[in-house]
Amino acid sequence: MRWSKYTLAALVVAGLAGAPAVSQPAPPAPQERFVVVLDAAHGGDDTGGRLAHGQLEKSFTLAMSVRLRSLLAARGIQVITTRDSDVAVDPVKRAEIANHAAAQACLSLHASQSGSGIYLFASSMPPAEPARFPAWKTAQAAWVTSSLKLAGVLNSALLNAGMSVTLARTSLPAVDSMTCPAVAVEIAPEQNAGHETTAGLDDRDYQARVAAALAAALLDWRTDAWRTEARP
Amino acid sequence: MIPRYQMILFGLLLLASLAMGAALWHLRERAHQRLIAGQDSAPTSAPAVAPAEQAALLVANDSDGSILTQLHSLPLPADPGARARAVLGKLLDLYAAPDAAHPVPGGASSVLQVFLLPAPEIAGAAPAAERPKFADSRTVVILSRESRARAPGAASQDARQTGPLLAVVNLTGKFAANHPSGIETEMLTVLSICGTLRANLPRVTQVRFLVDGQTRATLAGHADLTRTYLTGDAVSSEGAHP
Repeated sequence: MRWSKYTLAALVVAGLAGAPAVSQPAPPAPQERFVVVLDAAHGGDDTGGRLAHGQLEKSFTLAMSVRLRSLLAARGIQVITTRDSDVAVDPVKRAEIANHAAAQACLSLHASQSGSGIYLFASSMPPAEPARFPAWKTAQAAWVTSSLKLAGVLNSALLNAGMSVTLARTSLPAVDSMTCPAVAVEIAPEQNAGHETTAGLDDRDYQARVAAALAAALLDWRTDAWRTEARP
Repeated sequence: MIPRYQMILFGLLLLASLAMGAALWHLRERAHQRLIAGQDSAPTSAPAVAPAEQAALLVANDSDGSILTQLHSLPLPADPGARARAVLGKLLDLYAAPDAAHPVPGGASSVLQVFLLPAPEIAGAAPAAERPKFADSRTVVILSRESRARAPGAASQDARQTGPLLAVVNLTGKFAANHPSGIETEMLTVLSICGTLRANLPRVTQVRFLVDGQTRATLAGHADLTRTYLTGDAVSSEGAHP
């Protein structure tokens, strides 16, 4: 009787071992998270620059942020904005929002009546190795290389859209504290070779072209550049 | 009848009074002469005018975002601080001109003072050659946080005489209030000031800004005025994009 119990147990174990594996459907590979932070500069008491026809920079940047958010959402990209209304947000808060989002691209939107075309600014900090606890004011240093690559992708898309682009580096408190590929985009009126304005900042077609080019660049960033080389 | 001794006493007192009056008059004249001699303001020698020298001004251009060197002849004082103020005044005069390529109102009076101090060490430097630059760009304006290495162990006195300098530029509030707002235009102003200081005072390696003697967050909403700007490699221009 005892032997037969062991025999039975051995037979059960052997049966389980020899049984064909139950084919369970493999869990779908988690889709890679891709978040874009749009930072509409200024707001509230901080009006920013005064543009043509009395328009304020804070209003322009908010309008561009809303427009760009719609374009990106339509392409399935998750967007987080630092402000959705005319409120003052200090640079520290802007960087906090971007860093909490762990975004794959951060754009700080600005506008200026001087100059021409689009200006792309990456942080002027020298690249640094990623640190577990980076200093707040220089947190962008570990991401500068990625930011420069993002600026390059934006540059290509804007050039393909027929716009004049100037790449530069600068120091902006909000951008310097962001832990993401971050670029400040300053939009100025479009001018021809004779320095005559061909599209002002209040030109809706110009705004749409800029927004579409930026959206295309971010889509390209998601599909190619970010996956291959943009990580710090 | 007046007694004789009283007449003699009165005469002596009168003589003493006259003598003291004469002595006072003499002392007053001496003091007056001494005072006149000390306040002699007659123009006995012509005022010294600084000779005109070539000054290199790094002048910004809004249309293409460039900063190009221009040579101007202007009187430059021997004192480094006054010299720095003179070249910056000329630079801002160019920006205040009606046909300026980088229009900024204010002119030379916008620079209140330029203080020159021994430059402090800044950690975290990276050689300029290691910093990435953009390709396919029209103009690249680079201002790094790099600091120039100083000779270790140099005496503070040597540093004061020959070491790198920090220039503290004190601007007027009116200049900042009237400056056009924008990342590019504000950075061009800051970079051209830093580059001009470097070009004319090679020992100036760091620049800080004050507005009406106070620290200020930004120039006109964008350019950070709380940081120390390094003049090591201010500007480089690259080829035009297609």
